Amino acid sequence: MSDPKKASVAYVRQTILPEQAPPGTAIGMIGWIRANLFSGWFNTVLTLLSILAIYGLLSVILPWLFSPTWGAQSLDECREIIAATFAEGTSKACWGVIRDRWIQLLFGFYPSEMYWRPILAFILLGVALAPILFSERTPRKFLVVTALYPFVMPWLLWGGSIWVPVAVMAGFALAYAVLKYTGPRMGTLSSTLLAVAVALIWWLFLAMPVAGLVQSAIPLGLTPVVSRDFGGMMLSIIIGVVAIGFSLPIGIVLALGRKSDLLIVKALCVGFIEFIRGVPLITLLFVASVLLNIFLPPGTDFDIILRVIIMATVFASAYVAEVIRGGLAALPAGQYEAADALGLDYWRAQRLVIMPQALKISIPGIVSTFIGLFKDTTLVSIIGLLDPLGLSNAIRADSDWNGIVWELYSFIALMFFVFCFSMSRYSMYLERKLQTETR
Amino acid sequence: MASHTDPSKESFRPSMLIYDTRYRGMTIQIVALIGFLTLLGWIINNTAQNLADLGMRPSFGFLMEPAGYDINQTLIEYQNQDSHLRAAFIGLLNTLLVAVMGCATATILGVLIGILRLSKNWLVGRLMTVYVETFRNVPVLLWIVFTMAILIETFPPPSAFRGDDPEATMAVFNSVAITNRGVYVPEPLFTRGLGDLSVFGLFQISIDLIVILAALFAGIWAARKVRQRADRIQNATGVRPTTWHFALGLIVLPVLIVLVALGFHFGYPALQGFNFQGGIYMRNSLIALWLALSIYTSAFVAEIVRAGILAVSHGQTEAASALGLRPNRVMSLVILPQALRVIVPPLISQYLNLTKNSSLAIAVGYMDITGTLMGITLNQTGRALETLLLGMLIYLAISLSISAVMNWYNNRVKLVER
Repeated sequence: MSDPKKASVAYVRQTILPEQAPPGTAIGMIGWIRANLFSGWFNTVLTLLSILAIYGLLSVILPWLFSPTWGAQSLDECREIIAATFAEGTSKACWGVIRDRWIQLLFGFYPSEMYWRPILAFILLGVALAPILFSERTPRKFLVVTALYPFVMPWLLWGGSIWVPVAVMAGFALAYAVLKYTGPRMGTLSSTLLAVAVALIWWLFLAMPVAGLVQSAIPLGLTPVVSRDFGGMMLSIIIGVVAIGFSLPIGIVLALGRKSDLLIVKALCVGFIEFIRGVPLITLLFVASVLLNIFLPPGTDFDIILRVIIMATVFASAYVAEVIRGGLAALPAGQYEAADALGLDYWRAQRLVIMPQALKISIPGIVSTFIGLFKDTTLVSIIGLLDPLGLSNAIRADSDWNGIVWELYSFIALMFFVFCFSMSRYSMYLERKLQTETR
Repeated sequence: MASHTDPSKESFRPSMLIYDTRYRGMTIQIVALIGFLTLLGWIINNTAQNLADLGMRPSFGFLMEPAGYDINQTLIEYQNQDSHLRAAFIGLLNTLLVAVMGCATATILGVLIGILRLSKNWLVGRLMTVYVETFRNVPVLLWIVFTMAILIETFPPPSAFRGDDPEATMAVFNSVAITNRGVYVPEPLFTRGLGDLSVFGLFQISIDLIVILAALFAGIWAARKVRQRADRIQNATGVRPTTWHFALGLIVLPVLIVLVALGFHFGYPALQGFNFQGGIYMRNSLIALWLALSIYTSAFVAEIVRAGILAVSHGQTEAASALGLRPNRVMSLVILPQALRVIVPPLISQYLNLTKNSSLAIAVGYMDITGTLMGITLNQTGRALETLLLGMLIYLAISLSISAVMNWYNNRVKLVER
């Protein structure tokens, strides 16, 4: 076989050369650095600028952060310690204030011998949320805790007779019994109306006297704690959790109302949602602090925390409604049509087909609404409640710590960061999980 | 041919109101309306009762009474003998001022950080992630008071600028004084100014400003005409004449001519006595609020921008390149329009949030509408119902106009599907 190449070229290699190792500058640490940090003049400039920025920040923050003032009892003592140890003019943190007041920043003025109550309430909160947040990893039995939690939590935190939450629960049991008993005879709609009426009558007129009666017969309860003593991170979490908990059902109803064909219902829902979303939360809190009592029958005067929670709930429900509306809109129309084709009526279709899917889609949005609401709970300091930010002013008013600024703010910021960051990570985890499930 | 079922023939029974789907909707609506009106009536009744007990009658007459308090940062003339209404208007202008400044800064910062976060440079990407997570996971109120504390604690008092060998010097070629009371920047002055124009006798507007703006808009309009002409030529001949220098000249030159004609120069702040005089004085509260709001919002904007850019699929870039478009045309004609469709709606809702968050001005003492109308006016007159109602309506009006713009934009850029 005469190969033309052989004739003209002196030597042609017949075998493939063995692979050589890549050059040392393209692999390992050096390779990575070259590829990711110095791949061109622009990237190099960016990298150098970043290093400069990081150095600038850390060179200010780190020396300030490491400060041997943990044991100090007052700002003056801090200054003495710093002056004795370091050169004059060194700016150092005074961590004594955190050691002295961190419990207060967590619990406010809650009586210290009863700290177990909020702690227990938050542990139970974790147990109650587990079956919702990590549905596939927790036994369904935990759902009992979830159902009982709304009644247990206020009782644990505010104390008082145990029969009050029991009486409130009895209202639900009563409504359920009415529904079960009259449902088959009177039709769904009328029996639902009847059940709601019975429950309302029970709650408004009978529950409290009955609870009082049982309490006098079998006294059982916790020492009551007044709302004035609530504060710190505990207050933020209470407002956030209660508001988001109540705003979920309200938000679902509002979202359904907004998508409804009924003109008046739709107009009412749209008006409510747009009004609440159009005004800042702080104005609603002003309404809570000065106006809500004017709207209620003369002589009504209830707790400021309750009023704030009501307003936060109203606020959150409008946002949750929009998130759920997004979830409803994201469902393919085929789902609605399939539910209709199966002969399900409106509420059954919603309960069995639409809502489970729509809610699942909206969980990330609900979580971010919750993060937003949780951050916004700091606004209550403006109307004089002692959330962490309000407490920081109270702590500064103490002559021992007068003049403390950065340490308190940093600590509070860190607390919020830990909560919000972990929640946003959870929401991302959820988004990933939902994405793979629908694929 | 008669239809076999004719529902209207059926006699009407009351139970059909509940069981017949044709009437049920109506029943539910009427019940809802009655319920709503009852609730409203109940609230109004209670309010009237409570106000009567307090001996007050709801009226907005107090708005015309003299306010009697000073506002430390105003855009237009205000004395403490002016009416509460004018004080509220000053507050509204202050709200809008900080909102506009904040939105502009947040957008610039946010776009920059969003793009940098997508950078292939590992360090820059991580740094921007840290920035975003830090600022958006801490309450904005905390950032506002924190920024305020930084301004107060770290900058020198005006007295530090005094003496032959001062502890502090002014920044930017000796023209900007940054003190712990606020920032003094040079103010524009006109030697041959045209004076002020009184609008309805309510406030003064500088005629100089109007003339400059008129020149600017005329320039922009002319530049647009030039561009349209270039488009026509391109459509007819396929060759686009170079117009950018012409357009730039049309925009810049008239303004420059007007400025020279008016005798434009800067008035620099100078230390007199205990404080600086001259220049534009921006109080700490304004700067703290502005910086904190823009940095906080920029973290959200960055995420929106990042998501928007990632949302344009890579195939679009490749397809555009395959059509023979140059890289900058790919960006401006293919990627940006599609990314903007994703970016703009959430961006505008961030603007809305920033505007609403500006009500936290009250925490640092910046006199916005919350601080004037819903703050001092409320405390002085005790008219909680009227002031809060009015304040909420004002915020609602701002929000609804921003959402109206958003809906208009959404409809304009909406993907038209067949």
